[in-house]
Amino acid sequence: MKQWKKVMSAAMVTAMTVGMLAGCGGNDKNEGSSGSSGNSESGEAVFKIGSIGPVTGGAAIYGEAVKNGAELAVKEINEAGGINGVQIELNFQDDENDPEKAVNAYNTLKDWGMQALLGTVTSAPCVAVGSEAMNDNMFLLTPSGTAVECVQGENAFRVCFSDPMQGVESAKYISDNKLASKVAVIYDSSDVYSTGIYNSFAAEAKNTGIEIVAAEAFTAESKTDFSVQLQKAKDAGAELVFLPFYYSEAALVLQQAAGMNYAPIFFGCDGMDGILGVEGFKAENAQDLMFLSPFTPTSDDETIVKFVTDFEAAYSGTPNQFAADAYDGIYAIKAAMEKAEVTPDMSASDICEAMKTAMTEITIDGVTAKGLTWEASGEPSKEPMVVKIADGDYAVVE
Amino acid sequence: MSFISYLINGISLGSVYAIIALGYTMVYGIAKMLNFAHGDVIMIGAYVALTSMTGMGLPPAAAVLAAVVFCTALGMLIERVAYKPLRNAASPLAVLITAIGVSYLLQNTALLFFGANTKTFASVVPIPPLTLAGGELTISGETIMTIAACIIIMIGLTLFVKKTKAGQAMLAVSEDKGAAQLMGINVNGTIALTFAIGSALAAIAGVLLCSAYPTLTPYTGAMPGIKAFVAAVFGGIGSIPGAMVGGILLGIIEIFGKAYISSQMADAIVFGVLIVVLLVRPAGIFGKNIQEKV
Repeated sequence: MKQWKKVMSAAMVTAMTVGMLAGCGGNDKNEGSSGSSGNSESGEAVFKIGSIGPVTGGAAIYGEAVKNGAELAVKEINEAGGINGVQIELNFQDDENDPEKAVNAYNTLKDWGMQALLGTVTSAPCVAVGSEAMNDNMFLLTPSGTAVECVQGENAFRVCFSDPMQGVESAKYISDNKLASKVAVIYDSSDVYSTGIYNSFAAEAKNTGIEIVAAEAFTAESKTDFSVQLQKAKDAGAELVFLPFYYSEAALVLQQAAGMNYAPIFFGCDGMDGILGVEGFKAENAQDLMFLSPFTPTSDDETIVKFVTDFEAAYSGTPNQFAADAYDGIYAIKAAMEKAEVTPDMSASDICEAMKTAMTEITIDGVTAKGLTWEASGEPSKEPMVVKIADGDYAVVE
Repeated sequence: MSFISYLINGISLGSVYAIIALGYTMVYGIAKMLNFAHGDVIMIGAYVALTSMTGMGLPPAAAVLAAVVFCTALGMLIERVAYKPLRNAASPLAVLITAIGVSYLLQNTALLFFGANTKTFASVVPIPPLTLAGGELTISGETIMTIAACIIIMIGLTLFVKKTKAGQAMLAVSEDKGAAQLMGINVNGTIALTFAIGSALAAIAGVLLCSAYPTLTPYTGAMPGIKAFVAAVFGGIGSIPGAMVGGILLGIIEIFGKAYISSQMADAIVFGVLIVVLLVRPAGIFGKNIQEKV
């Protein structure tokens, strides 16, 4: 009897383990042909583009947006005949905004036969995956990884602005337009994005003669109460408060500033985009808020209008900059693949070699910029727009 | 003037910690377990209130009531399903680990139902802000409400424990479970009641927390929950006035630390306080040093 129990339990354990493994591999559509690149289930040649980002966990909103934006672009391209007549297959893997899980997702995608990577979405996982991709010579285009290290390899490019660039541009804009001479900064010291912008902003402020009268931090664990930071900015006599972090926290800052009758100029970065979409947020609190942005959904530019309409029809909600970055990212991959004349039977490394050069030669009229080009360093060259909120709407400052 | 403003902010934040800490401390006092899922009950309470207001169009008062009723039921359910079967487990760690599991279960359930998007919580407080000293000092309606609610709850709870039969039963169970049972007290019922009260308070804390700092995500309750736990230990876990004093002091320390020491170090200061308290006065401010009989 005892023996029998042991056998049973061993069998159960095996069955469960197998079940779990099968669960993990559920997204691998053709495990049999893993490694051999470029064939879909039906045997037809396709380009296999992988994508990684958080679709669960605290940063899920960003991964979800990238996933949707990328899927929309892939659908459009496939309907229009694909890349040089070859269809694209997109495989999106969740990384929960965790570097370790991102590397696992990357390996899963490699087993699947990925030929180019759109990702990852967030900076920390992107840095981790970036070094793997550099070793493998896998083409990497991150839609929204803003940290400098995201594109350190020759194989890596990005669609969004880098953190230092945003800090520098913000400081320049503030001093060029004489918005303020005394500036307070509130930043998230637990986030590379926010700290990166803050550091470059502080460095550039010295050159441009802006005086930083208060630099106050908060962390991911204490991002609900900003009364102290605001009070200190107010006491220091700041005429402008620079907020280099994402809109969900910024909405709180603005609300709390209004509650304490403090009304300096508020200035943010691309993470501020979407603030008016925060459920229940009072738009009057964001009156005259300015921010650097690569993308505004309310623009009347033809490409953007089409993108926004299609996106809204396919998914609930207006696209944010992450969706826009991903959308442009897929089109950039398409343009680079066409330019490099790669074919689905090439290995990922060969494709990467060809695309590295092609990326610096293409020009894209996307939704995040017109005439978007890339440098060999991986940085995009595009002009930041400054958006100002007036009467509950985004308006581009000319 | 900033000093007074910081102080008021500190008391307001501390009052929320205090209300949450009451739930920790009562459950610990009576069931001798740390209910780490308590912080997430707060988050659920806030979601229920938000859904009743925006989804069903209930007035704020009814929404708060709905949150209280829901959380009370949820608290009792958690106790019945997850904790009660483990009450006589060989190791006290079993129930502690279960509590952590319940915490993640609640977070992920909320993630599933409400998504990861940050929701803005419409304040339930109808009180207008109070402006003092010629506009230099503004005290928000939420702050006044939070502090008032904290005082009312503390008085109510103290009276409940001292004057009612159920409260006396709680005291008895907290002192000696076995003896209380022999005296005819329904121990299981009393523990369930404790969870009900703790969870009802969590719902109120959730609504107040989200009214004062109007964002709501599935992780909203986690950090305040942990800080309230620190507050409960600080005040002396198991003691009702201790939770109150601990909570308010912790709020003030956090805000002052942020204001006068370093805004980066605020959390480190809070947890540093815990370490110091444990070193100097292991039982907390109001805790009794009871020698365990072997």
